[in-house]
Amino acid sequence: MKAARFDYHCAGSVAEACQALASHEDARLIAGGQTLVPMMAMRLARPALLVDIARLSELRTIEAHGGELVTGACVRQAQAERDPLVRAHAPLLARALPFVGHAPTRNRGTLGGSIANADPAAEIPLVLVTLSGSVDVRQGDVSAQVAASDLFEGPMMTLLAPTACITAVRFPVWEQQRIGTGFVEVSARQSDYAYVCAAAQVALDADGTVLRCALGIGGATAVPTRLSDVAQALTGRSVTLELARAALAPAIAALDIMVDAHASRDYRRRVALRFAEQALMAACADATAQAAGARS
Amino acid sequence: MSVSLTINGALRELEVEPRTTLLDALRDEMRLTGTHVGCEHGVCGACTILVDEEPVRACLIFAVQAEGLAITTIEGLAPAPGELSVVQDAFCEMHGMQCGFCTPGMILTAHALLKGNPDPTREEIVTAISANICRCTGYGQIIEAIQLAAQRLAGSNMPEGSL
Repeated sequence: MKAARFDYHCAGSVAEACQALASHEDARLIAGGQTLVPMMAMRLARPALLVDIARLSELRTIEAHGGELVTGACVRQAQAERDPLVRAHAPLLARALPFVGHAPTRNRGTLGGSIANADPAAEIPLVLVTLSGSVDVRQGDVSAQVAASDLFEGPMMTLLAPTACITAVRFPVWEQQRIGTGFVEVSARQSDYAYVCAAAQVALDADGTVLRCALGIGGATAVPTRLSDVAQALTGRSVTLELARAALAPAIAALDIMVDAHASRDYRRRVALRFAEQALMAACADATAQAAGARS
Repeated sequence: MSVSLTINGALRELEVEPRTTLLDALRDEMRLTGTHVGCEHGVCGACTILVDEEPVRACLIFAVQAEGLAITTIEGLAPAPGELSVVQDAFCEMHGMQCGFCTPGMILTAHALLKGNPDPTREEIVTAISANICRCTGYGQIIEAIQLAAQRLAGSNMPEGSL
């Protein structure tokens, strides 16, 4: 369980990292390394050159501006979990982060790294897709923004070229006052990979009517799935369990669900439906509680 | 590659291959064998160390990535040679171990927990040590040891946050 030989380059800037990435056919970025290092230990990954971007201070900032929470790609998951800006402006991310790996891996693992890794069971990509966020990407001298809906192509696959570097992650900030979140997950052990997870963020008006709704399913499908039609169907309504069920049943039935040794297709579909309901109802209850001044 | 590491407060200069994990550097280069080798892919927690006071996996960091980080290993907890830290002492007293293989990782995890949360609930303790696998104890005595350590720290006259 030792990694194969590789060269190591600690980048001094994003431009330098991109140059180094392009300089070698088999170069890879490393930030937290909490997935890459085990892959290398098992020799499932054998990069010839590792380009370390974890020390770039410009990739470790957290800011809220222009209606978005913008985090550097190398913000540690544990740092985001504790950050007051994240709690205030991307409450769904704050809700989901405790489910990401466990505390020791969150202390090293980064937001951008989890997104670039594109594990279908990963919570941070699910939150990004659910909230319709985006990432900033640098490739050579060119910078671009890629929407979460375009980013994930399949298990462990993004549309980014091997020479591209995610530099920032953008989560839309909701302007409403009463915002609630829900996150539900099942895995074999605490902190293990999710078989299914569901994320919901809702904004309610004073009467409990849904002003805005975002809902997503992870783990069950090849890429995180945003349930836009359900969110739309519930907007302008006062959500009850019956209403949520009626909207969710056809949407979940239409999903292309993954199967593996741990969980059958039927199991995942059944759980996805229940978890979507639970996440949604939890988010509504959370938003309702905000009215009573119970924001946690 | 040469790398300088700050281990238990002392600066050490090492020559390592980039592929040398911090775990292997600690054990093989520095002879700090209290950090145990378990699964070598981040699952078991036997190699838990503290980086800037927070628990991390020594098997999931290459030594070259650790330049300049403040690293604490189990060897760095005792206040003086021949003594034990409060947490170490509580593990002995409650017999929070059997074979001892997970113990350094458990103690460092508990140390970090109590530093940030001096009065954890049982659930918070369980969550904290959920990243560390013990195959002997069934965890009961480990939890009790951490509770005892918390009690003793609360009753001691040390400034809050110092362990």
